[in-house]
Amino acid sequence: MKKKNELLYFALRNTKLRIGLIIILFFVALTFVGPLFTTFQPLDYVNPRGPEPPSGEYWLGTTMFGQDVFTQVVYGLRATFFVGLIGGGLGTLIGVVVGFTAGYRGGVVDEVLTMITNIVLVIPALAVLLIIAAYLKVRGVLVESLFIACFAWPWAARAIRAQTFSLRTREFVDLAKLTGMKDRKIIFTEIAPNMLSYLVLVFILQFGGAILTAAALDFIGLGPTDSISLGLMMNNAVLWGALLLGMWWWFLPPGLAITAIVGALYVMNVGLDEVFNPKLREM
Amino acid sequence: MGRYFRRKIAIYLLTFFIAVSIDWLIPRFMPGNPVDIMLARMGTRGPAAAEAMRSYFVQAFGLDVPIGQQYLNFWNALLHGDLGRSVYLFPQPVTKVILDAVPYDIALLVPAILLSWYAGNKFGAFAARNKRLDNTILPLGYILTATPYMWLAILLAWLFGIVLRLLPISGAYSYAIAQPGFNWTFISSFLQHWILPFASLFLVGFGGWAIGMRNMIIYELEADYSHYLEALGAPRKLIRRYAYRNGILPQITGLALQLGVIVAGALATEIVFAYPGIGYLILQAINNQDYFLLQGCFLFIIIGVLIANFTIDIIYVMVDPRTRTGLQGEGSR
Amino acid sequence: MSLQVDNLRVYYQTLRGDVKALDGATFAVADDEIMGLAGESGCGKTTLGHSLIRLAAPMRYVEGRVTLDGDELPVWDSARMNEFRFKRVSIIPQYAMNALNPTRKIGRMIAELLESRGVTYKSIEPELRRRLDLVKLVHSVLDLYPIELSGGMKQRMVMVISTLLDPSLLIADEITSALDVSSQKAVAEMLVEFRNRGFVKSMIVVTHDISVLYQIADTILIMYAGKLAEKAPTETIIHAPRHPYTRLLISSLPEIGVKYADTRLTGIPGNPPLLLAPPIGCRFRERCPVAFDKCREEPPFIEIAPGHFIACWQESGTHAQA
Repeated sequence: MKKKNELLYFALRNTKLRIGLIIILFFVALTFVGPLFTTFQPLDYVNPRGPEPPSGEYWLGTTMFGQDVFTQVVYGLRATFFVGLIGGGLGTLIGVVVGFTAGYRGGVVDEVLTMITNIVLVIPALAVLLIIAAYLKVRGVLVESLFIACFAWPWAARAIRAQTFSLRTREFVDLAKLTGMKDRKIIFTEIAPNMLSYLVLVFILQFGGAILTAAALDFIGLGPTDSISLGLMMNNAVLWGALLLGMWWWFLPPGLAITAIVGALYVMNVGLDEVFNPKLREM
Repeated sequence: MGRYFRRKIAIYLLTFFIAVSIDWLIPRFMPGNPVDIMLARMGTRGPAAAEAMRSYFVQAFGLDVPIGQQYLNFWNALLHGDLGRSVYLFPQPVTKVILDAVPYDIALLVPAILLSWYAGNKFGAFAARNKRLDNTILPLGYILTATPYMWLAILLAWLFGIVLRLLPISGAYSYAIAQPGFNWTFISSFLQHWILPFASLFLVGFGGWAIGMRNMIIYELEADYSHYLEALGAPRKLIRRYAYRNGILPQITGLALQLGVIVAGALATEIVFAYPGIGYLILQAINNQDYFLLQGCFLFIIIGVLIANFTIDIIYVMVDPRTRTGLQGEGSR
Repeated sequence: MSLQVDNLRVYYQTLRGDVKALDGATFAVADDEIMGLAGESGCGKTTLGHSLIRLAAPMRYVEGRVTLDGDELPVWDSARMNEFRFKRVSIIPQYAMNALNPTRKIGRMIAELLESRGVTYKSIEPELRRRLDLVKLVHSVLDLYPIELSGGMKQRMVMVISTLLDPSLLIADEITSALDVSSQKAVAEMLVEFRNRGFVKSMIVVTHDISVLYQIADTILIMYAGKLAEKAPTETIIHAPRHPYTRLLISSLPEIGVKYADTRLTGIPGNPPLLLAPPIGCRFRERCPVAFDKCREEPPFIEIAPGHFIACWQESGTHAQA
């Protein structure tokens, strides 16, 4: 079997991958299709009777101010996926560049980059973001994604660096060097294909991590000020006494959505690992 | 080994230096004059009061001296333990406000971190050897670790506090008690208020560690030395013991790396439960635009994380013989 | 007889079916005999070696009997095999350099291993030290971590550990493959010394390097594509092989002193068959220069001269069954 077909064969048969993928696709579909099911805007005060449990009219009930929870969730999912994609993607990109350079070059370059990585790792992202956010009045989802990427990349860098080290010392790289191949060519034709599967795994983890971080930031009140997000929903819910008043439909759905998405991502990750790494496949 | 520690200490000092500098730099690079921002947020209470506030802030920010001097003054004050006065709890010094909150954080975080790490590792190890157990613990672990801290806190608070009415969900101890003291009323009230936030932090951490350890154990059981022992007829118990011992090492480093995440989680949890730790202070500081309190909390968190990292580094060296021989630094896993 | 193997079949389970890696091995190894087990990669020699001590997934036992010193070795039952492991059958693995737990001092690991097998460290310690002297390792090595030893030292340490309880059968799996020539010589000589001093009774040395076997083995068993091809005393195999495969194998070995200008190296054209669906009959048929009609039928592994076994219709001539 050709390698690509073989991968696809195993990918489609892997239970974990299938389950994870289905859940993610469901939520992605909801993001695009959901707004078609609702005529409201997330921040509109649509229910004159204020907070109400789920009903035929308001599928997930309404908030303290009569806003439709379903609409909020559907629009909030956009922010979630955006942050995951941009924040996670950028974090992966930076991490790959740093980690790969450190792993491939070695020596002083490696020492310096590793030191930077460790420093950023140790600084708790939250603390710095507190200071910054306390001063930036208006923040959008893009800015939040950039913040998150700035503090998420060390994880990717570490993993990529370790992988690069192990690949760099393999024989086929030495062979390529012996034939006088230029460095850049070696990187793209010999090393990159072997790292590709690893990169996918790292990206998925970054995606999930970014979502969780964004949820935490939004919850604390350091998230975007101009749009709705799942974390912000929970923030509002707690702030306006949803807990005490038992308005479970307000705080349950957003958290459930995040847990489902991130959980699905992790499970997909394990499944993909099995697909890429034949030794892990169950007999 | 000496080299290992010297590098670590150097990095931590450098990190502290950078963090404090960031702390000092940021307000000065934000759009607008920090003093004006502060004044605008404090609202005016008449021109005389505004002027008094203005001169106070200018002095507090040290804006009346050249920028280089401001930086040095900042460090000077820091090293003397003077972090300014809180705006939210004016006129209490920031240092005092924070130190009042720290014990609650320690009471919450230390047991939660240590117990979730220990229990998670043990369960993960169990899961690795028993297929049926693996099938239950693994999905549970993934769900727990995918759960955002604040959502679990909300769930627990709602379930046990509102629906079942078993436990309180606000504060560190009952509002009826005037002063904390070593009497039973206080301690029992404290524990009641403590159990839910603790459980919330514990459960999320537990999931992550369990999964991590399970993977480590499986990896170790497939290592060459495990196969060799099997070939020589060693009992499963011995092989598992070695696998556990080796698998725990990256978990120790992992703990150091997770500290930032745990801090964020504790913050969110404290907000949900109105638990008077540093997290709660931060929320108040943000809502009240209390810059000094915010700055002080930031520094405390940084220092706490650095100390914790250093402690874990020491423990790691004691536990992994490879670092002691100096032939290898920390594992590159 | 020390070791008797009858019709041992061990297959590898894969998603596409069973790979018939070891398809009917029948042979014997006598006391004090060092038997070399040679063949190209994928011929089944490692499978044979491992199946005698640790038959683990994805290997699957199909049929066959193994008898050691008169007792049956339950190779299909891992739990029951345990009492034989280390004490009666032992192995020096191919991965000897990584075989030691990196976070345990070597002495402590040995002690814990022995205690777990019911042998007190104290009772064995003097003998352990004597053996360390034999392989030229200082006693202080017991207080070191594996990372503090060189590759060669770790190899020798594993050799000592594996033979510590004087097993009746020792399997040495590609133990010279990762070494330079002078280390190879030292290790090979150590193996012989172990046998001479009675630490092990019989030995199976698995390797693809026939030149090492020439130095130390009493007999050599050549395998091809999961089947036994020829077994004979070393001299016979090297200087008067009968099986076409063995002949080609030996003649393709480079000799010292011979220059390229004088003689060209010849290989064996073609590739070994895939063992997922092996050909019927003699598996060497496709590449054999003297194959004929009869070779479509599988040749039995029979004795054509005292101590000389072969599986070939051509060579077994008058001894072949009709």
